[in-house]
Amino acid sequence: MSNIINAIYNIRQFDELASRDSFIHRLHPLAKLLATLVYTVLLVSYDKHATIALLPLVFFPVFVAAAAKIPPGPLLKRLLYIEPMIVGIGLLNPLFDHSTVNILGYTMSSGWLIFLSIFLKGTLAVTSALLLIATTGMEGVALSLRKLKVPRIFVLQTILTYRYISVLLEEAARTVQAHALRAFSSQGLKREVWGPLLGQILIRTMDRAQRVYDAMCLRGFRGEYHTGKGPGTGWGDTMYVLTWGAFFILSRLINLPLWLGNVMTGVSR
Amino acid sequence: MHMADALISPVVGGAMWAATAGAAAYSIKKVQDGLDQKKIPLMGVMGAFIFAAQMINFSIPGTGSSGHLGGGLLLAVLLGPYAGFLTMSSILIIQALFFADGGLLALGSNIFNMGFFTCFVAYPLIYKKMIGKDISPKRIMIASMAAAIIGLQLGAFAVVLETLFSGKTELPFSTFVLLMQPIHLAIGIVEGLVTAAVISFVWKARPEIMEKASLNQALGGGLSLKKVMTGLAAAAVLTGAVLSWFASSHPDGLEWAMFKASGQEELEAADPAYEKLAAVQDKTAFLPDYGFKVSGSERPAGEQNEKWPAVNGGTSLSGLVGGIMTLLLAAFMGFIINLSNKTRKKPA
Repeated sequence: MSNIINAIYNIRQFDELASRDSFIHRLHPLAKLLATLVYTVLLVSYDKHATIALLPLVFFPVFVAAAAKIPPGPLLKRLLYIEPMIVGIGLLNPLFDHSTVNILGYTMSSGWLIFLSIFLKGTLAVTSALLLIATTGMEGVALSLRKLKVPRIFVLQTILTYRYISVLLEEAARTVQAHALRAFSSQGLKREVWGPLLGQILIRTMDRAQRVYDAMCLRGFRGEYHTGKGPGTGWGDTMYVLTWGAFFILSRLINLPLWLGNVMTGVSR
Repeated sequence: MHMADALISPVVGGAMWAATAGAAAYSIKKVQDGLDQKKIPLMGVMGAFIFAAQMINFSIPGTGSSGHLGGGLLLAVLLGPYAGFLTMSSILIIQALFFADGGLLALGSNIFNMGFFTCFVAYPLIYKKMIGKDISPKRIMIASMAAAIIGLQLGAFAVVLETLFSGKTELPFSTFVLLMQPIHLAIGIVEGLVTAAVISFVWKARPEIMEKASLNQALGGGLSLKKVMTGLAAAAVLTGAVLSWFASSHPDGLEWAMFKASGQEELEAADPAYEKLAAVQDKTAFLPDYGFKVSGSERPAGEQNEKWPAVNGGTSLSGLVGGIMTLLLAAFMGFIINLSNKTRKKPA
């Protein structure tokens, strides 16, 4: 129950974040999508033991969050929800991988190193995806999908699903609340009501689809959803993608922290 | 069952994206061919319905815990496999973006694991065959249970394979399978029960909805489904071949195969295969990325490095110092941007 309310709240919160104004928000959605995709692909391409070499990639989410004035709170909360799964799989590695690695004369388990690497990768990938939606919004992502020549019907379907989610979540929440007020079950729904409860929501949903379709027809819907042209791509968008792309590739090829550390310790010695 | 980006390699993620894009392109063509304009808003609303239904917790009998609906099979039953697959895809896209379930690179795998197996394997080959011509509550129950369980088992097995081919963890194949399959058996049973309950309710309350849905499916015809199945099977074989080719050129694939082989023969410490494996691991597991070298785009390059004992205190110290410096720099950058944001706000 609180799940449903939370989901509505989460989606609205992201909508609000995406409607703010900043240098990042003004970038073309396609530029942000491409930068995030390059980031994700390079992030996961690192070796399974990579930990320190991954650290320069922290710059991207920190930069985007700070420049777009995205508060860290909602991001961290979302991270906490998703992290247990990543940690769960990662945590199995120390159990199965008993080989060791030598750091500073201390022996360290390779399994723990893999765990650390998975944890870092997971955190960074999740943060970058969340930042994409927090700075671009669903309409922006749909717009860039169209620019990438994804078929119209697919984008339309995704946008319609998104549009109706809050409507139907509210309806589901009302139904579940009505049930909870009449039944005293605390942990989930009892088996006898699975069909009737969900089925009722389903039938109402379908009736609603009918009404929605009629309304759309009355307003001139001919199987296409016009989103308008959207902003054009500019010089800044290209620079954004190229700069970050170059930085990601550089840090993938060269272990920047190690280089920095060599410079530091080399000077001090 | 959502895969996370952290567990996947670009090759596996890319291959699964390609497979998913192929299935989606075919579905789009199919849906457009038989397009009844009315279906688009219905698909949208149904996607939202499944999304909402996933938030509702069902008590799992006898355990005191609760689970939720996945929805792939229900979508296939109500909308037909093609529209069902597309609807499932859009739900997963929204989940990946807003709830960070999975990630952008793992999205292809997630759509494939949760959409393809339910809509294109479990629905036509199990549900449709078992439900036959005359629908009855009993048949609905048996068919949905079987289809949901098998669909989820296939999906879970695909997750195991994708993780192993990606080589990001050291989990042995047999252990991972033994962890994943039973858990998803339990989930599959709940999924089947919920799906059956909903379908029977709708069938009793508004039989015309089910009839309409099955008429829409009939538009696709039986022959074309066979065609898509063979096409996708070919794609899957090809993908598998390509994946294993990549994996076998990579020490991880070898390790995996060895572990699998030794796992099946009862893992004993004295087993020569195990010793060999340990030797391979010893060679490969030494912080390959910490050697100061420009490795090309070839991922395995680091692990082919023969000079692994070169990892000494000096490089480790440099790595640690550099790592801390990097993090401090990143934090400093964020701080400066925040500061400039605030000062810019003041005059306005």
